[in-house]
Amino acid sequence: MKEHVYDTTYLRTRDFEEGKVLFETWDPNAKYTWDAGIAIGKFFQELKAGRLIGTQCLNCQRIMVPPRMFCEHCFLPADAWVPVEDTGTVVTFSLCYVTWDMNRLEEPQIPAVVAIDGASPGMGILHLLGEVDPKAVTIGMSVKAVWKPAEERTGSITDIRYFKPLGGF
Amino acid sequence: MSRDRVAVVGAGMTKFVRRAQETGKELAWEAASKALESCEMTLDDIDAVIIGSAPEAFDGVHMKSEYLSDGCGGWGKPVIRGYVGGGTGVFSPIQGWYHIASGLFDTVLVICEEKMSSCQPHPQGAFLTIFDNFTERPLQPNLLWIFALEMNAYMTRYGLDKRDIATVSVKNKRNAADHPAALLGDANITVDDVLNSEVLAWPVQRLDVSPVTDGAVALVMCAEHVARRVTNKPVWVEGVGWNLDTAYWSSRDLSYPVYVEEAARMAYKMAGITEPRKQIHIAEPYDPFDYKELHHLEGLMLFDKGEAPRAAADGVTQRDGDLPVCPSGGLLGVGNPIAAAGMMKVAELFWQLRGEAGARQVPGTPKRGLAQAWGDLMQVGTVIILGA
Ligand SMILES: [Zn+2]
Repeated sequence: MKEHVYDTTYLRTRDFEEGKVLFETWDPNAKYTWDAGIAIGKFFQELKAGRLIGTQCLNCQRIMVPPRMFCEHCFLPADAWVPVEDTGTVVTFSLCYVTWDMNRLEEPQIPAVVAIDGASPGMGILHLLGEVDPKAVTIGMSVKAVWKPAEERTGSITDIRYFKPLGGF
Repeated sequence: MSRDRVAVVGAGMTKFVRRAQETGKELAWEAASKALESCEMTLDDIDAVIIGSAPEAFDGVHMKSEYLSDGCGGWGKPVIRGYVGGGTGVFSPIQGWYHIASGLFDTVLVICEEKMSSCQPHPQGAFLTIFDNFTERPLQPNLLWIFALEMNAYMTRYGLDKRDIATVSVKNKRNAADHPAALLGDANITVDDVLNSEVLAWPVQRLDVSPVTDGAVALVMCAEHVARRVTNKPVWVEGVGWNLDTAYWSSRDLSYPVYVEEAARMAYKMAGITEPRKQIHIAEPYDPFDYKELHHLEGLMLFDKGEAPRAAADGVTQRDGDLPVCPSGGLLGVGNPIAAAGMMKVAELFWQLRGEAGARQVPGTPKRGLAQAWGDLMQVGTVIILGA
């Protein structure tokens, strides 16, 4: 099948250093403002007040976090707002040593999926872990939200700085 | 419902390279012209064109399929672009199948193109827009996170050994050493090389990951009456399936890709496959990371849950093993120009089932192969089954 492969031109670093190839660049100027919507709008208001909230579908009984306006399984409107805890369980985590553009981090970021207490089993959100030795993090660990002070909250997922181990370290 | 039988009759591709001098349009033309040439057809013989490529954000070019269309042979023809993230490379030939199976067209040219190198400083910048814009993006996530989170969930659920998982990367990079289009073939790589490579986002290390790549792949597909005229070795589309899971990925069980299972069930049913472990002779599951190949083999029900890593370490998935997996070299070895990478797998089945894979040919005259791709926010499975 070798004859069915086109001999594409591979650019190497020296081709640029020697000015052999020409190119054009563009820096997009695109900014977006997203209306938070019905469900996440309320979620953000509650975050600003230092609380987590979900919605419940009374058809399948699921308590969903982040809240939705509708249950995607039953395709029916969510019936009720349900306060949930700001504690949970680490479902999975990573120790990330690079930034998105592949620069090295000395101290790892610790992203995790945290299943929120008071929501249906396995109902997790993506967040970060903090105040913890990276080597001590385990799946199944109980964690609690560390909130920004009330005056610094803006109604954002980052109103929770991170989750820390419930037992403390 | 009666459907026309559909065959793949031609395939061509560009070399997969880190940065091509060619534009996306030029890469598309290179692959398309090779595919047409392979079956001695010209653009005049083609009724419709299908284009698969990643979102506009990658290229900074709006309406990318319109931009690419001239290089894809789309001028003056019915053209459509489908996009299901990393699943696109297998979804595009599925679109080719239903264009023809519906009776609407006799001949279709399918092109999957990706030029990832244009997006600076790193194409991850464009990838980041897959995260939820309210509940995730403010956390400034890194694309590696979701793979690392999924890999850790998978490893922990089944108590997996990272050494077993690393054998996938070794196998695929070694297989790719025999692929004339490969970017990262390496006949001498070892498991220790993988285990000692830089930790990016634990448990993901540098050599667990496929590279950013430029490239394009094209297929010619046609109805049976045309296929019989064009070639004496048509490769038939026996089954197709696709399935999408919820975008609320953080509330899913990340240790098992149920959407891949659903896609496989759809394809197996159409192909009349009741015992996939006996009836599939070659598998080309999506392998952007080594653990993904194993995860997908389990979702495809070719191995029991949690069992694929041990089987891989035991050699079952080697080119001369009981179930050759990614004899092409996969994304880990040939390269990962997203949509093109998925369709490279379909092209590999085409060459393997015709006995034209050269040094990569799996022994024993395989009769049926499966290719699968995966993508979006870890939520889509696309499956195609080809038979000689
Ligand atoms: Zn419901």
